Amino acid sequence: MNEIRNFTMNFGPQHPAAHGVLRLVLEMDGEVIQKADPHIGLLHRGTEKLAESKPFNQSIGYMDRLDYVSMMCNEHAYVMAIERLLGVTVPVRAQYIRVMFDEVTRVLNHLMWLGAHALDIGAMTVFLLAFKEREDLMDCYEAVSGTRMHATYYRPGGVYRDLPDSMPKYQASKWRTQKNADRMNEVRQGSLLDFLDAFVARFPGCVDEYETLLTDNRIWKQRTVNIGVVTPERAMALGFTGAMLRGSGIAWDLRKKQPYEVYADMDFDIPIGVNGDCYDRYLVRIEELRQSTRIIKQCVDWLRQNPGPVMIDDRKVRPPRREEMKGDMESLIHHFKLFTEGYSVPEGETYAAVEAPKGEFGIYLISDGANKPYRLKCRAPGFAHLSALEEMTRGHMLADVVAVIGTQDIVFGEVDR
Amino acid sequence: MTVPATEKIAALAANVEARLTNLVLRVASLPDELCYEVQPANLKQVCLALRDSPELKFEILVDLAGIDYLDYATTEWKTYSATTSGFSRGVNRGAPRKPHDGARFAVAYNLLSVTNNQRIRIRARCEDAEDPIIDSVVDIWPGANWFEREAFDLFGILFTGHPDLRRILTDYGFIGHPFRKDFPLIGNVEVRYDAEKQRVVYEPVSIEPRTLVPKVIRDDNRYDPALKTQK
Repeated sequence: MNEIRNFTMNFGPQHPAAHGVLRLVLEMDGEVIQKADPHIGLLHRGTEKLAESKPFNQSIGYMDRLDYVSMMCNEHAYVMAIERLLGVTVPVRAQYIRVMFDEVTRVLNHLMWLGAHALDIGAMTVFLLAFKEREDLMDCYEAVSGTRMHATYYRPGGVYRDLPDSMPKYQASKWRTQKNADRMNEVRQGSLLDFLDAFVARFPGCVDEYETLLTDNRIWKQRTVNIGVVTPERAMALGFTGAMLRGSGIAWDLRKKQPYEVYADMDFDIPIGVNGDCYDRYLVRIEELRQSTRIIKQCVDWLRQNPGPVMIDDRKVRPPRREEMKGDMESLIHHFKLFTEGYSVPEGETYAAVEAPKGEFGIYLISDGANKPYRLKCRAPGFAHLSALEEMTRGHMLADVVAVIGTQDIVFGEVDR
Repeated sequence: MTVPATEKIAALAANVEARLTNLVLRVASLPDELCYEVQPANLKQVCLALRDSPELKFEILVDLAGIDYLDYATTEWKTYSATTSGFSRGVNRGAPRKPHDGARFAVAYNLLSVTNNQRIRIRARCEDAEDPIIDSVVDIWPGANWFEREAFDLFGILFTGHPDLRRILTDYGFIGHPFRKDFPLIGNVEVRYDAEKQRVVYEPVSIEPRTLVPKVIRDDNRYDPALKTQK
């Protein structure tokens, strides 16, 4: 009689549904997963160790590259940790700008998640539609910081500069006629706030469009309903945060429960799921897109009416302006010291967390009083989520692994660090 | 946000200290954070109490971080006779390390209570400096599994009772624990594809270690807590 044995299968690291570089060693009984062992670390760059060898400000750019689809939220946690140890308070206008860009980032991230998740389980169109809107939001990143992704825009004490009065525009080229460029530039005539206002006005319609493609789609529901169910107790025990926790029915959102910056003044709702399956987490994130739009709108309205400084006026933390440097010896000294040595952060330790699009992104920062962090630990939400992959997929079919990876919203930049 | 953060912290501290008398030692922290030092022998008892007491209920282990205190409060800025060659002039390599109080390795646990909306941090110094060992908390918070694997991989901290203590982030067959302070930033080996051997080969690193900005510690009286409260 033939012996029946389980089949071990390798999945990734180069696999379109592995969202980067995930290697899974799957033990299968036919098509059913018995055991899943994720091998991670293929994108490990030692960000935390690198940060220990650099002055505080030079590591802001590394934060963008952790979760590289929610760039500014990572920066936010990092600069918040530094600010907490320095004991500085950020000007209100900078707080509003940060909240606005956190939400822009959330929309960016959720659009990426929505497109990739749908593409993984067979819906091509959503990907294209989602990326169309992502493009506009990346233009906002470009307008404010000069780069489309890795902005390095948040600085300890505020943000790098105030919002711009103009938007980057398309130019006619061999591939784009003048007429087309003019049409695309129509919404780009005003300031960044005008552009975001226009975006906020039309974006709920876009979300409706995505929903018509998915929410009641029979195939979509067959692929997501009752897949990867996590009970609320289990979700907490496994260290889930963000939409993964809310999908299981726990109303927990740092923006509401432990508000930072000006989230306490914002009017928005937290969607929660009921069953804790992939479909509920999908609904939660879709609703978060709408709620983020509301927050952006409130920030835009406030920012229009309230000009002011976007950076603290502490010369020991913020570099002097160019024109100050030209005429003032002391500013020149400050500039020299800040850029050759940086500022020393008082001894102590802190944990600063933000509600990043994927969950709680936290920075545990230990300073021994030097100009470099003594220890920096990035608490990545995806790391905790991925560690539960085995539990979520056991007993499911091979094709459901892809749905679970999609619903966890995994990005390897932050998992591997 | 009706109750100020400091009052919430005071109430939480009173709860913790009443429940865990003589097991925890409060350490200095920011006014709106709470941090305790725990003896490694008492770690599991403290963790269970923190998770299960109704007034504490820390049901989520948000983060677990290994820490290496080897270079704590040592600087590398050489102010005398800086050499004139190289990128890293003015950097004092191999400077004598200040003796740090307590063991070299520690593990910090950041806990979160969803029920009571509060946070706490506990820190345990590992028993042995050379071969740091500490109890695993996987059976208390299953989410600790990968975090402990990471601390083992990067710091070489051994967690007794962990079901599957393997390396997680570093390469297959990696030697050493890269986040230890005596592990060089540039690493020990580099890899490249060898066209003759038709495979990837490992070689000792060919680059020089360099420090672009030396580490300095400057006292700033503006941040002195004693002076701050006087204002």
